[in-house]
Amino acid sequence: MQIAILGGRQPLGLPDSVAMAAIEVTDLSKTYKVPVRESGLRNSVRSLFKREFREVLAVDRVSFEVPDGQLIGFLGPNGAGKSTTLKMLSGLLYPTSGQARVLGFDPRLREEAYRRRIALVMGNRNSLQWDLPVTDSFELQRAIYQVPKADFVRRRDEFVELLDVGDLITKPIRNLSLGERMKVEVIASLLHGPEVLFLDEPTLGLDVTMQKRLRGFIASYQKESGASIILTSHYMADVEALCDRIIVIHEGTILYDGDIEGLRSKFVSHRLISFGGNEVSEEMKRLSDSVEGTPERTILKVPNDNVAEVAALLLARGVYNLSIENVPLEDIIDMAFTADES
Amino acid sequence: MNLRGLMSVGWAEARVGLLQEMQFRVVGFLQLLGFLIEPIVLLVVWRTVSLQSGAIGNYSSDEIVAYYVVWTLVRAMNLALTPYVWEWWIQFGRVSHMLMHPTSVYWRSTMNFVGMKVLWFTMWLPVGATLFLVFRPNIVFTWRTFVFGFFALWGAYFVRASYQFLLGLIGFWTTRVAALFEVITMSEILLSGRLVPMSVMPEWVQSISDFLPFKWTFQFPIEVIIGRLAPSDVFIGWTFQAGWIVVLATSIGLVWKRAVRRYTAVGS
Repeated sequence: MQIAILGGRQPLGLPDSVAMAAIEVTDLSKTYKVPVRESGLRNSVRSLFKREFREVLAVDRVSFEVPDGQLIGFLGPNGAGKSTTLKMLSGLLYPTSGQARVLGFDPRLREEAYRRRIALVMGNRNSLQWDLPVTDSFELQRAIYQVPKADFVRRRDEFVELLDVGDLITKPIRNLSLGERMKVEVIASLLHGPEVLFLDEPTLGLDVTMQKRLRGFIASYQKESGASIILTSHYMADVEALCDRIIVIHEGTILYDGDIEGLRSKFVSHRLISFGGNEVSEEMKRLSDSVEGTPERTILKVPNDNVAEVAALLLARGVYNLSIENVPLEDIIDMAFTADES
Repeated sequence: MNLRGLMSVGWAEARVGLLQEMQFRVVGFLQLLGFLIEPIVLLVVWRTVSLQSGAIGNYSSDEIVAYYVVWTLVRAMNLALTPYVWEWWIQFGRVSHMLMHPTSVYWRSTMNFVGMKVLWFTMWLPVGATLFLVFRPNIVFTWRTFVFGFFALWGAYFVRASYQFLLGLIGFWTTRVAALFEVITMSEILLSGRLVPMSVMPEWVQSISDFLPFKWTFQFPIEVIIGRLAPSDVFIGWTFQAGWIVVLATSIGLVWKRAVRRYTAVGS
């Protein structure tokens, strides 16, 4: 999948330490004031005279940087503060405290020039004209962002071809499936060639094929345009396929910031070795943390330091269907959250 | 954004508004009929009263008929985005996408309705023609009727759209704007000439209405079209309309900055 260079920026191809930061976040916090009331008529009447509120700290002094042209994944359970952070960075929400700079702009000011250079895509949300054909919504986007006609036509045609939505663009949005709608939503958000893209669960609710297609498209856009992208997703496949770096956030604070391998080594000290059969020697048991399996297949949980030794023993014995796997990312994230809670 | 950009966004929004309305022509026509029931009822009631009493306020029986027939056109043309819609937009996060766009939501929503009016005006024509045939209002059409009426109608729309937009912004503080809107609507009905011409009202009510924008959205364009105002009064009316648009647009600009800071958009 190839996309022509968009806008005036080229991929920098510089190491992170050299590339300038597209996004700088320092001690960013957001507190929501939420009304609270116990159930029942008496409490209902009481709340007429005295309303009570509770403060919910959604994001707690988060700091990070995103170098120009990097694609990072924001991971966390529901309510962790991912979307709130993204919305603060895009200027949609006003932070309670802290600072952020995106492309040199302060998102709090919501300057027109800033909004012209970014895009926020929210999964499972519709921003296009519900009753009109997709092409009419694209035309409106062109007018809103003042995209020159030639650029607009080139990008639109490229994106339509890449995501194979040629048959859809003459249909009203309301007649499209969720997956089809997300494809055209993503296209609409990229028509002005944003330099920073905030993707809030863009593959939410999509089937595996559709997710894969959208992922490929996003990766190509990032590669060819050099855009900086922050992606939040519940699907680890999205993150593994797309992100150079991940930030794990839990209860508003950052638990981890680095690459996926670093996350593995921080929270997981073992790998899973599986093979056909159920014969496990005493030596292998000694080198493993645990042994599980069925009469047909055995799974050993082996500390990273012992993996080579155990694998050598198994190969020497001539076992069949030997595989050495990393712990799935989902499990690692779960371990990270559990460790944080405990 | 420069003026050219603003006009191109406005044009694109108006086009979208028209296209949206054309998707549901029958629904639109029925909605318009619904809106027109109110003036038709008022027309029949006040015509009967005026025939019995000879006049209402300083309106003759013929003029009162003309007033309410033109009222139907004014009603169709001054319909604007209501705070009810704002309440829904804010409550369900629909406004999030608009806030991300590098253009004014006020300008876009106002121009969106301008496009809709092209269709509403077209659909009003047979309704207006029927009312003319049935009630035979005494209106003399001259070039002034069309030119003065054209600007007075659009002025009325922009004033009304502006104060309704300003009211809608309260939705950023409370998601139950509808109750306040009901109060404002009642004030509008009484102080705009929507229920009866203001000359029928007590003088102190007329004095209050002088300080409010409402009468420039109903009575003024009606009186312009039925030819009750001298050219100098029309110019004064336009000046008031322009003044209110500037005041309201400035207020929107000031309130908007504070309003968007309060937006929470939790889960949407």
